[in-house]
Amino acid sequence: MSEPAITLYRLQACPFCERVVRVLNDLDLEYESRFVEARHSRRDAVKRLTGARTVPAIVDDNTGITMSESANIVEYLQATYGDGATDATRVTASAASGGDDE
Amino acid sequence: MNLGFDIVELGPADHPEAGEKAPDFTRPLVNDEYWADASLSELTDDGPVILVFHPMDGDFPSTYIWQEIDDRDWDDYDASVVGLSISSPYEHSRFLEEWDVEQYRLFSDPQNGVAEEYGIVHELDGMEGIAEPRPAVFVIDGDRTIEFAWVATDWPEFPPYDDIESAIEGL
Repeated sequence: MSEPAITLYRLQACPFCERVVRVLNDLDLEYESRFVEARHSRRDAVKRLTGARTVPAIVDDNTGITMSESANIVEYLQATYGDGATDATRVTASAASGGDDE
Repeated sequence: MNLGFDIVELGPADHPEAGEKAPDFTRPLVNDEYWADASLSELTDDGPVILVFHPMDGDFPSTYIWQEIDDRDWDDYDASVVGLSISSPYEHSRFLEEWDVEQYRLFSDPQNGVAEEYGIVHELDGMEGIAEPRPAVFVIDGDRTIEFAWVATDWPEFPPYDDIESAIEGL
């Protein structure tokens, strides 16, 4: 069994995470969900990945991209896999900007 | 062993024996940092698996079992050592950390369906509506064939660690 290229780090019942899940489903993308806990101190796996403890965060082995912030992730997914997919690197440049995710 | 008190006899269980194929299942597999769905067959594809069914994470039986496994360095074997109980992923994660056994991973099966598959359901007296697996250990090779099976027939009863180690070393 092959592993999906996309890994989503998420919290149970986090609206920002569910937003990303909806987009992944809409785009019919395979992904693996990794659940972390709500307390920031228990999210070292995410911190090692993105440098921050916010979720959602995704890793996409297709493009080598790791990013957090749901708005950025949604933009990235649509640009990369949506209709009229454009250059993914354009979106990554904005990935470091702030957001209101958990 | 004469403990000076009676232990409860659970009677025989109808579980898969050595030589049979271990039933496959998918459940969240928990480490000290996160959990994700994983199947037994995914693990056996990578090599042998020691599947340890244990009581809920809260009290002494699970602690004894995992301390003993840790003391015996089962993580040194070329096998995946994984537990399974009805505890939630949150409890599993805390358990691994609290008892300093982060090198192992635990499947979470609150509805006890895997124990049903394996014929080792244990209805808990005095905890209405809660069932969990009997303590049990299956040593499973890379073809998902069971090489060694032990299922508790008394309550409480702890795994025959030496026999399990022989089975692992004989793989």
